[in-house]
Amino acid sequence: MNISDFPMLSQDLIYFDNGATTLKPKCVIDKINDYYTNYSVSAHRGDYDLAYRVNTEYEQVREKVQKFINAKDLESIVFTSGSTESLNMIANGFFKNYLESGDEVLITTSEHASNVLPWFHLENTIGIKVKYIPLDDHHYVTLDNVKKVITSKTKVIALAGVTNVIGDLRPIKEITSLAHANNIFVVMDGAQYVPHFKTDVEDLDVDFLAFSAHKMCGPTGLGILYGKKELLEEMEPVRFGGGMNESFDTPSELYFKELPHRLEGGTPHVAGVLGFGCAIDYLSSIGMDKISEYERHLRSYAMEKLLKIPYLDILNIESDAGIIAFNVDDIFSQDVAYYLNKYNICVRAGSHCAKNLKSETGVKNSVRISFYFYNTESEIDDLVELLSNKEKMRIEMI
Amino acid sequence: MDEEFRREIIMDHYTRPINRKVPDDKDLYLKVNTNNESCIDNLDLYIRFNDGKIVDIYFDGEACAISTSSCSIMIKNLIGKSISEAREYIKNFTNMVDEKDYDESLLNEANAYNNIYKQSNRKHCALLPYVGILKALNEYEKK
Ligand SMILES: Cc1ncc(COP(=O)(O)O)c(C=O)c1O
Repeated sequence: MNISDFPMLSQDLIYFDNGATTLKPKCVIDKINDYYTNYSVSAHRGDYDLAYRVNTEYEQVREKVQKFINAKDLESIVFTSGSTESLNMIANGFFKNYLESGDEVLITTSEHASNVLPWFHLENTIGIKVKYIPLDDHHYVTLDNVKKVITSKTKVIALAGVTNVIGDLRPIKEITSLAHANNIFVVMDGAQYVPHFKTDVEDLDVDFLAFSAHKMCGPTGLGILYGKKELLEEMEPVRFGGGMNESFDTPSELYFKELPHRLEGGTPHVAGVLGFGCAIDYLSSIGMDKISEYERHLRSYAMEKLLKIPYLDILNIESDAGIIAFNVDDIFSQDVAYYLNKYNICVRAGSHCAKNLKSETGVKNSVRISFYFYNTESEIDDLVELLSNKEKMRIEMI
Repeated sequence: MDEEFRREIIMDHYTRPINRKVPDDKDLYLKVNTNNESCIDNLDLYIRFNDGKIVDIYFDGEACAISTSSCSIMIKNLIGKSISEAREYIKNFTNMVDEKDYDESLLNEANAYNNIYKQSNRKHCALLPYVGILKALNEYEKK
């Protein structure tokens, strides 16, 4: 991997907002460009060479995804528009039919809105109950705390593998084994996990997994829904229409395609899928374990320096991912972001779509920096230098 | 207005904003919320009208230095104005932020934002309280 692989980084830019989305390497951009320039035809239908080529490449990417997350079955990989859609399909396409009024779904206050609102929606429509697994002092999920809140009505545990504000890694494998012993399904929101950690769904044994291509060097508007094959067989499509039916005549004579196409109604995001294939190759060529290790290194490098700044209040002293959330005493987080923006440093201010986390940390908004493998120590030095001068910050924040 | 003076006005209103609290007799006030989807500023405005005039305004909430100071200055400038005077003032302020013609003699300290257009990502911060007050004026006039 080379910094020069990323055209965006040829600008004078320090990009620390990787939790929101990531930059794209040239190979991904080139692939998308190649598709639109040279063979931009549809994937599934068509009796001509170009369509055949697209279809072949499209399905090859599915295989790449399967391998990347070590899924047993190819049919388990469904292309969606992103984590949000995947999670909604899981809730509305599967659990809405499976759960009954009074059944309980366990989440936490540090989940992203996309792993909260689909469950709230089920509470509002079919009367399930959303309950929270308490977090420990460092905002972590412990197996003991999961045990404490499981009841005979618990049917689903839906958790981020890594959260997007705290960056804590959840003991998913242990939770899954506990859950399955109690006939509970496990849904993993992998939006912040899959881009940064080696993912093995066989080993984790989760029932469903959702993640987004754009958070792992791939294109926007594309994500993956993984589900155990026997569960996806039971999932009701949320998108009915072209591409997903085998034949139809009347409402009673309606035949759907096999998995995974049954769940992929409509013309898919072909360019995105082909680009994503290159993103997967790119990440694999670096190695996911290397990526996790380097991000851990960046974080401890940054933390060592940031902890020395007395007026910085760091929300997640403990964390397993390259995420640091903090506030500067007496300066509103948005003003800190604007100040850093003046030096072309991109950070995010806000609640980061984890609005419930406020009850846990007592802090509503914060500045979040989130690393990816193309960030460097010298970028962190620049950030630290700017944050080390509070007077300058106060002067230049407006 | 030079940079130093601008900064002084803005910082002054940011660190010591006017009427930043929920009014004691808040039932007498019309309350509107103003927030921006693209950022995290979130303000509640409390406006008391009497006989077609704005007699009092308070505000509360969390917002950045630009939104907070802009709200404080707006309050200072609007208290005592009739609805039509208020609308005139608001129009001139928004024109200034949008780089259109405006009458600077109407704006007093609000002229401190006369180059905010150079930071396009902060324009909405300066305008945020104005979005709120317009909502309130419209609501008042509907009654
Ligand atoms: C933990 C987590 N879950 C879900 C999402 C939603 O992802 P997307 O917006 O790509 O659907 C995000 C992205 O912000 C996230 O960080």
